[in-house]
Amino acid sequence: MMNMRLVIASLLFTPLISFAADTEFTLVIKDHHFLPSEIRVPAGQKVKLIVENQDATPEEFESHELNREKIVAPKSKVSIFIGPLKAGKYPFFGEFNQATARGLVIAE
Amino acid sequence: MFGPAIIIFRETLEAALVLGIVAAATRGVDRRGLWLVMGVLAGLIGSAVIAGLTETIAQLADGSGQELFNAAVLGVAVLMLAWHQIWMATHGAELARDARQLGSAVKDGQRELSAIAILVALTVLREGAESVLFLHGMAMGGSSSLTDIIAGGALGLAGGAVIGMIMYLGLMRIPLRWFFSVTGALLVLLAAGLAGQMARLLIQADLIPSLATPLWDTTALLPTKSLLGSILHVLIGYESAPSGMQILFYAGTLAIIVTCSALVKRRQTVQLLKPTQA
Repeated sequence: MMNMRLVIASLLFTPLISFAADTEFTLVIKDHHFLPSEIRVPAGQKVKLIVENQDATPEEFESHELNREKIVAPKSKVSIFIGPLKAGKYPFFGEFNQATARGLVIAE
Repeated sequence: MFGPAIIIFRETLEAALVLGIVAAATRGVDRRGLWLVMGVLAGLIGSAVIAGLTETIAQLADGSGQELFNAAVLGVAVLMLAWHQIWMATHGAELARDARQLGSAVKDGQRELSAIAILVALTVLREGAESVLFLHGMAMGGSSSLTDIIAGGALGLAGGAVIGMIMYLGLMRIPLRWFFSVTGALLVLLAAGLAGQMARLLIQADLIPSLATPLWDTTALLPTKSLLGSILHVLIGYESAPSGMQILFYAGTLAIIVTCSALVKRRQTVQLLKPTQA
C-alpha cells in the first residue's frame, strides 16, 4: 500500500520535475541586438537562459532587476540561471552596447 | 567618448573606493605605499591575462567557469579582509599610538600588508578584466576612433581615481581616536558585501539555491544602478533586490569576522592582565 502511494506520488511529480529542469530559453546577440528582444518565461520557477553571442566583440549580459551579470565572449555561448521570478517585467541589457542591446524578460 | 568614459568610470569606481579605504586603513604600517602599488600593478597585469582567457574560463565547469572563477576571487578577497581585521584586533591600539609620532611606523606589519596587496590586486583584476574586454571590443568594433576610446578610458579612469582619492582624504580627516574603528567597520562591511556578491554568482551558476528571491525590493527607492546605489553597493554591499542566500552569506561573514576579532582581542587583553609569576 505504502509502495503504491509512493509510485503514484512519484508518477504525479515526475513530469513537473523534468519540466522544471528543461525550461531553457535561448537569446542570440547579433549586431549588438538581442534576438528575441522579449522572452516570456514561467513565473515561480528557475529558468536557464542560454545567451549566444554571434558578434565578433564581447558583450556583458546585465540586469539589475534580475540581479545578474555575465560576460559573453565573442562567438560563444554561456548559460545563466534566473529566478524563480514573481510575475512581472525584468529589463536586461548588454553593458558594452547599451544603446542597442536591450531586452525584456516577462515572467507570467 | 563619453560612452566608454562612463563604463570605465563604473568599473574603476569599485577598485578606487577599495584602494582609498585600504590605503587609509593601513596608515602607520611601514612601506604600505610599496605594497599598494605592487597590488595595483599585479592586478593590472592579471586583468590583461584574464581578459585574454575569458573564453577558456567561461567554458570550464560546464559553462559556469566565469562564475566559479569570480566567486573564488571574491572568496580569497574576503579571507584577506578577515585576516587584516583580526590582525588589527591585536595591533590597532599600537598603530593608533604610533601614528601620533611623526615618521614612526609599525615594522611587523609586512605579512599583513601582503594580504592587503593581494586584496588590492584581486579587486583591480575583477574590474580591470572587464574594462580590458570592453575597450578591446570597442577598438575592434570600429564604430569609435581609437583616440576617442583612449580619451574616454582615461577620463573614466581619472574620474574613478578622484572618487578614490576623496575617500582616502576624507577618511584621513577622522580623528585618530576613532580612525581605526571607522576603517575597521568599513572593511568588515566591504568583506560582507563581497561575500554577498559571491553568493549571487554561485546562484547564477545554479550551484546553491537562492532561497527567498528577492528578500526585499527597494528598487523604486534606491536602484543599485544609480551613482549612490553603486557607491553603497561597493561600500556596504547594498543591493536593491537581494536573494535570501545573499543576505545569509552577508550576515554570516559579518558575524564570523566580528566574533573572531573580539575573541582575539579578549585573549590578548587577558594575557596582558595576567600577573607575571617570578
